[in-house]
Amino acid sequence: MKTNSKLEKILASGNLAVTSECGPPRGAVPEKIIEKGKLLEGAVDAVNVTDNQTAMVRMSSFAASVFLRQLGMSPVLQMVTRDRNRLAMQSDILGAYAHGIDTMLCLSGDHPCFGDHPAAANVHDIDSIQFIQMVRAMRDEGKFQGGADIDNPPKMFIGAAANPFADPFELRVRRLAKKVAAGVDFIQTQCIYNIDKFEQWMEGVCKRGLHEKAYILAGVTPMKSAGMARYMKNKVPGMDVPDTVVKRMADTPKEKQPEEGIQICIETIERLKGVEGVAGFHIMAIEWESRVPEIVERAGLSPRPQVD
Amino acid sequence: MITAERKPLEELIEYIRPFDRILLVGCNECVTVCAAGGRKEVGLLASSLQMASLKSGKPLDIKEMTLERQCDPEYVEELLPVIDGVDAVMSMACGCGVQEVARRFKNMPVFPALNTTFMGASERQGVWAERCRGCGDCLLGITGGICPIVRCSKQLLNGPCGGSSTGKCEVNPEIDCAWQLIWDRLKALGMEDRYEEIMPAKDWRTDRGSGPRKILREDLAE
Repeated sequence: MKTNSKLEKILASGNLAVTSECGPPRGAVPEKIIEKGKLLEGAVDAVNVTDNQTAMVRMSSFAASVFLRQLGMSPVLQMVTRDRNRLAMQSDILGAYAHGIDTMLCLSGDHPCFGDHPAAANVHDIDSIQFIQMVRAMRDEGKFQGGADIDNPPKMFIGAAANPFADPFELRVRRLAKKVAAGVDFIQTQCIYNIDKFEQWMEGVCKRGLHEKAYILAGVTPMKSAGMARYMKNKVPGMDVPDTVVKRMADTPKEKQPEEGIQICIETIERLKGVEGVAGFHIMAIEWESRVPEIVERAGLSPRPQVD
Repeated sequence: MITAERKPLEELIEYIRPFDRILLVGCNECVTVCAAGGRKEVGLLASSLQMASLKSGKPLDIKEMTLERQCDPEYVEELLPVIDGVDAVMSMACGCGVQEVARRFKNMPVFPALNTTFMGASERQGVWAERCRGCGDCLLGITGGICPIVRCSKQLLNGPCGGSSTGKCEVNPEIDCAWQLIWDRLKALGMEDRYEEIMPAKDWRTDRGSGPRKILREDLAE
């Protein structure tokens, strides 16, 4: 075991892992993150806490993660290279680890042009792959990126994202290979609606044995409405929602669409369970955390295994 | 070359409102090529300012001059014979030229007529695009001749983000995805394997990380 991360222990045990996420509130309201955390408590193994997602200011991932940790949960600290240079990132990693946060996700982050501070500067001192290298060296070599020794190095279980649906497709397995070479331990993918394309990507991943070097968690997001399906298809960068999925949502009466969205999500998980190399699921129920336990249950993923 | 665009006329009028005699100084280098601050643009701006002054009823004396290179002290010196006859200078050079004039004539107000934008190349008639940031440690030799620092919206050094779609950047469909371009070039050159070499975190000291930069050539410096 590289770390004390609950997620690592569950993945290492061979069980399918289940993670979910919650977005911190747009204000200094701890009750909201605690409320969201409680909706997910026990239903999943670890909960990602997003870092100013969609480039909108929210309570910091670090602070919100501490609230979840205080509930006895396992937060996954998300961190983007957009807002911080390497000094700020490393100091937050030390702080988070000191608060018992041992799992993180290294991302580049949504561009500020999509958020509510489009005039902000982009930092991008390092990129997501260099970020993985940095956290791995902090853990395994006990060194800061600048080369100095760390007193009690943070033992982070290191995650990253992968989007099998972005272009150029032929680079997508290669890009994952770079993340693996940089030292990533687990991957959470972009939301999967185009299962055929995902399978094609996984085939390439397995052919290179990358699934044996990093755990691949398949990302799913239940859709609440046909409108959301269309929005994700047309407006969200890097999202691949096939017409058949949009049509299935649109052909469902409006009041039954949320149930249909959940049903599609469960069917997706069921099918992905049979895909070689899938080590678990990352259920991103956007502002819909209340339905996650049911999805986990109906997808045959509960109860969650206990590890110490 | 260094590219620039002229500031809005209203902003320029506001700068020179307190003054009666203006020297408008163009530059014969980059800003002439990108049609922002050469002899022709100096003439056009002088006419516009003159029209505005006529409309407002306040007389304005405008002298025009275009230097060979406004970022070079040798040429800036050519302003000496005319500078005493004016109250302020409006420079139509890039920021380097503006600063050089201000440095030479310490008691003379100097205003920029342009917004200096980037180091770029001409894509076609009337279109210029950013190509270089002057990071001080050129990576083009390993990225197929396309700069990810300045041409990727997220400055990613190790490949395309999840927002690259049909060759375009998620930020704006007008922007080519730099990593799609790099990948296409590496393939054309038969250098696909190079993609998987991890580019380490960049040392920004050669960029702006060590403060304002200077080049000292011992063999040339006097």
